[in-house]
Amino acid sequence: MEWIVAFLIFFPLLAAIAILIVGEAQAKGFALAASLIELIVSLYCVFLFQHNADLQFGIDVPWVTSIGLHFFVGIDGISLPLILLTTLLIPFIILSSWANNYHRSTSFYALVLTMQMALVGVFAARDGLLFYLFWEAALIPVYFICLIWGGENRAHITFKFFVYTLAGSLFMLVALIYLYLHTPNAHSFAMNDLYEAGRSLSATEQTWIFWMLFIAFAIKMPVFPFHTWQPDTYTVAPTQGTMLLSAIMLKMGIFGLIRWLIPIVPLAFAEWGITAVLLSVTGIIYASCIALVQKDFKRLIAYSSIAHVGLISGGVLTMSNNGIQGAMVQMLSHGIIVFALFYIIDLIEKRTKTRSLSELSGIRNVAPVLTTTFVIVMLGSVALPLTSGFVGEFLLISSLFKYQMIIGSVAGVTIILGAVYMLVAFQKAMSGEVNEKTSSFADLTTMEKLTLYPAVLLILVIGIYPALLLDISQAAVTQLVNSLQDLTALTK
Amino acid sequence: MVNSSTILALIPILPLIGFLFVALNVKKLSQGVASIIACGSVFISFVLSVIIFVLLLSEGTSAINVLLFQWINTDSFHASFSLVVDPLSSIMLLIITGVGFLIHVYSIGYMKEDAGFNKFFSYLNLFVFFMLLLVLGDNYLVMFIGWEGVGLCSFLLIGFWFKNPEYNRAANKAFIMNRIGDLGLLLGVILIFTHFGTINFQEVFAQAGSIDASIISWITILLFVGAMGKSAQLPLYTWLPDAMAGPTPVSALIHAATMVTAGVYMVARNNILYAMAPAAMMLVLAVGLLTALFAASIALTQNDIKKVLAYSTISQLGLMFAALGAGAFSSGIFHMATHAFFKALLFLAAGSVIHAMLGEQDIRKMGGLRKFIPTTYFTFLIGVVAISGIPPFAGFFSKDEILAHLYGNNPIVWGIGVLTSLLTVFYMFRLLFLTFFGSFRSSEQVQKQLHESPLSMTVPLIALAFLSTLGGFMGIPEILGGSNWLNEFLNPVFADSYLLIGKDHLNHSTEYVLMGSVLIFTLVMILLTYSRYVRQQHVPQTEGLKLNSLHKLAYNKYYVDERYDQFVVKPLYALSTFFEKWIERSGIDRLVNLVGSIVDTLSKAVRLMQQGSIAYYILIMAVSIVLLLISRM
Repeated sequence: MEWIVAFLIFFPLLAAIAILIVGEAQAKGFALAASLIELIVSLYCVFLFQHNADLQFGIDVPWVTSIGLHFFVGIDGISLPLILLTTLLIPFIILSSWANNYHRSTSFYALVLTMQMALVGVFAARDGLLFYLFWEAALIPVYFICLIWGGENRAHITFKFFVYTLAGSLFMLVALIYLYLHTPNAHSFAMNDLYEAGRSLSATEQTWIFWMLFIAFAIKMPVFPFHTWQPDTYTVAPTQGTMLLSAIMLKMGIFGLIRWLIPIVPLAFAEWGITAVLLSVTGIIYASCIALVQKDFKRLIAYSSIAHVGLISGGVLTMSNNGIQGAMVQMLSHGIIVFALFYIIDLIEKRTKTRSLSELSGIRNVAPVLTTTFVIVMLGSVALPLTSGFVGEFLLISSLFKYQMIIGSVAGVTIILGAVYMLVAFQKAMSGEVNEKTSSFADLTTMEKLTLYPAVLLILVIGIYPALLLDISQAAVTQLVNSLQDLTALTK
Repeated sequence: MVNSSTILALIPILPLIGFLFVALNVKKLSQGVASIIACGSVFISFVLSVIIFVLLLSEGTSAINVLLFQWINTDSFHASFSLVVDPLSSIMLLIITGVGFLIHVYSIGYMKEDAGFNKFFSYLNLFVFFMLLLVLGDNYLVMFIGWEGVGLCSFLLIGFWFKNPEYNRAANKAFIMNRIGDLGLLLGVILIFTHFGTINFQEVFAQAGSIDASIISWITILLFVGAMGKSAQLPLYTWLPDAMAGPTPVSALIHAATMVTAGVYMVARNNILYAMAPAAMMLVLAVGLLTALFAASIALTQNDIKKVLAYSTISQLGLMFAALGAGAFSSGIFHMATHAFFKALLFLAAGSVIHAMLGEQDIRKMGGLRKFIPTTYFTFLIGVVAISGIPPFAGFFSKDEILAHLYGNNPIVWGIGVLTSLLTVFYMFRLLFLTFFGSFRSSEQVQKQLHESPLSMTVPLIALAFLSTLGGFMGIPEILGGSNWLNEFLNPVFADSYLLIGKDHLNHSTEYVLMGSVLIFTLVMILLTYSRYVRQQHVPQTEGLKLNSLHKLAYNKYYVDERYDQFVVKPLYALSTFFEKWIERSGIDRLVNLVGSIVDTLSKAVRLMQQGSIAYYILIMAVSIVLLLISRM
């Protein structure tokens, strides 16, 4: 069944090329169909997946032999949930654009599918250079999506985003090459070889590698203080671009921490991990506070995303079973929730021509279905028990608390501040009396319900029965955490 | 034959089904069908709760368990979705479903004219579901689901009339203040997990002896922070008076009889941990007593019928915590039960008054209502008598029991308790006299349409009046010839703690003296109130009156809201603005742009040597990388 990984990576690319041929009129439907096929195949993959720590469906083909580059991909318990997140959200991101009539829509949907190729590739790659190639490949489509279909001042903002994240990735490239040059036998980028190379380095070298990789990943997520590209970019990007960035792409950074940072330089991690944790946790409070004073709804959610990601990154950096398992759930949960939130904001903006919270009022009076949907998504965002948000945040906060009590308590403040900015925003936009902008607000259409309801359902299903997800990643996470614990025990 | 575990599982599931059915068909169902489903589901739960109660009474089984499914499971953490009922939770079950059912029925009449009738009933059912989970959860996390869930319902119901911005603010305030407490609770739970390796109640209690005492202190204090939020104790109480924005049945069910007592239940549930942490017990006692006195003093001066009852609730909850803090766990639960009866009664009767007065809540505009709404008056009177502690009404027994234990703890503590009780007598009779005695003080227009409420409202009032009259008999003390049945029934839950603390025993003559003196004080207080508000026809004046400073302070609720605004809310927003303006925009982002522009300037210099084609740069980059790689192979 190895073909399944190759299919998941290359089918979207083929579909993207095909879209350019089928033309404008069919682009949307074709893209949706392709993404649904991809989703079904990925679900089949979940069905076939054995709940153990092994690499499954692995393909290892030499590619550029002169530099030892292999096309080495495969799926394990840590990559599968993220691949699933990608294949699950792309059809809905396409659906969310159903009412849009983008000019040059063939290019738009081709870019979305190309992006999917790169994202799945990032999560499936077992070769460092291949990982890097997919990583960069993911940047290009989303850059163009933001640049071509974005809002006001997009050229300047997307350029900053592009340069900033590219600069971060170059650090990663340098680090990878350095590791490559220190692989034990023949030079190779294979994951396990890089692990061995990294672990053989001196403490100082490891420290350098740690920070270069961390900065690359931190910019992508983004973690405080590497986040300043994010609010502008999220705000100016077209809704689908924002969704791609926030719901899926930022998980590349978190995934990077788990797979391509901590296991490579355990020594440096033991020393510097706490600094990275502190940055992450600082970001939770800092971004939550800034979210409190935002007037643009989209920008508010952008900052809230920084806060949520700070918690995930902090939990991962505790390198504990609960921290990483919490991160696995929370990555999916956050993806689904921000997708739904940005979609709701898009709906509001399309109907009222504004995202300014002070100009909105009383939508609840005229759109009860949208309101109920919004409430459930909001509850997921504020981590109410029985929503997906709670499972993740509880495990993450408890991992941080076990790591260090004060840090954990500070991180816990997110459940207060998160409630404050979400409730205040909800109250401003939805409650009260209607005004001239919202008086003719129409409730959800069937198509919009089709886009939103599955997200709402997933928020509840994961919240009530998280075993669906936790069981997939459990074995792989346990193996990873144990191997690192053994390693640190050895060095001590 | 259905086994007892299935019955137990059905108790919370039925209201959940009721909620789902009504919520999913909110537009299609008629008021009649919606109310039958909502009331019916709670009623069947009540019947099942009675069955469970009888089983616990007769079989000699101490607890019934049911495991529904594994909820959150990782290799180092386990939380199952499982329920347990023991004597403590079975008492809670009876109150929640019994009083809950009566309030559901009452709501049929109260909400009849409201466009959101079906929505209201779906929320009520959802609330009952979460409240039942709260008391039935057999580990801290299932309890926490209920804990946060009832907070959600409280939020939804306070802001039920969402067109009013004031109400929305009250709803947000309630949710956020509760969240502050919830963080304490959550951290307490995490601390338990960190040190015990489990969050199951029985496993934790069994191991408690082997855990460091300071850890137990921290755990109990953190849990109590949660109780402060949910049960509106100092300093996290200010949301409760504002919560009166919700429809009156909500105030009765959530903000008097059930949800706000969750903190009391939770502390009682963890009695063994508290018994091991004298410092935490001290804290609970001190916070409870202070809150009781503080809130009672505010209630003396308020003129909104629901606000008086709200402060009264805060004060009574304080008394329950004082009992728990003094180690009298069963007395705290006893008072919680009787309070659920008479305070639900008082709120519902107040709702009936408001209903008759076309929404007016200001007691200065009432007066003489006993002639117009006699059933309401009579039931309200029973509520007042019960809360004032006049025998043989319910409040007398529970309050007397608490006071006796407070005396056993320390006579000064007893003194504060008695003072609170006397203030309670004063403000309750003041409320009674101003509302129902004297002459009517509002317009003739209002007077003309004054009417008694429909049967759906008065029947629950009568039922609750009945409970408020007889409810105290579940705990008749020995000195009055009883055997204190409730104390015996709850004993399996609290026995270990009593052993640990060493339960105080007053001799009978002291108890007689205490009881007698409190009774005499109470009667004197009633006479004083009578002479002021009935004989002298004193009516609190409208705004702009000259008050002495203490009165003015209390009337303005000691300006606590204003202080919170000044010292918490405003600084938080100021800090946030500072972050955004100075750190974010002028700090970090400017630094990033600076780096960008340095590179830009440098590259401008270099660009002179290049032709500026991006393809060219990429080519150079690619070639360099390849060269670098090859050179080191």
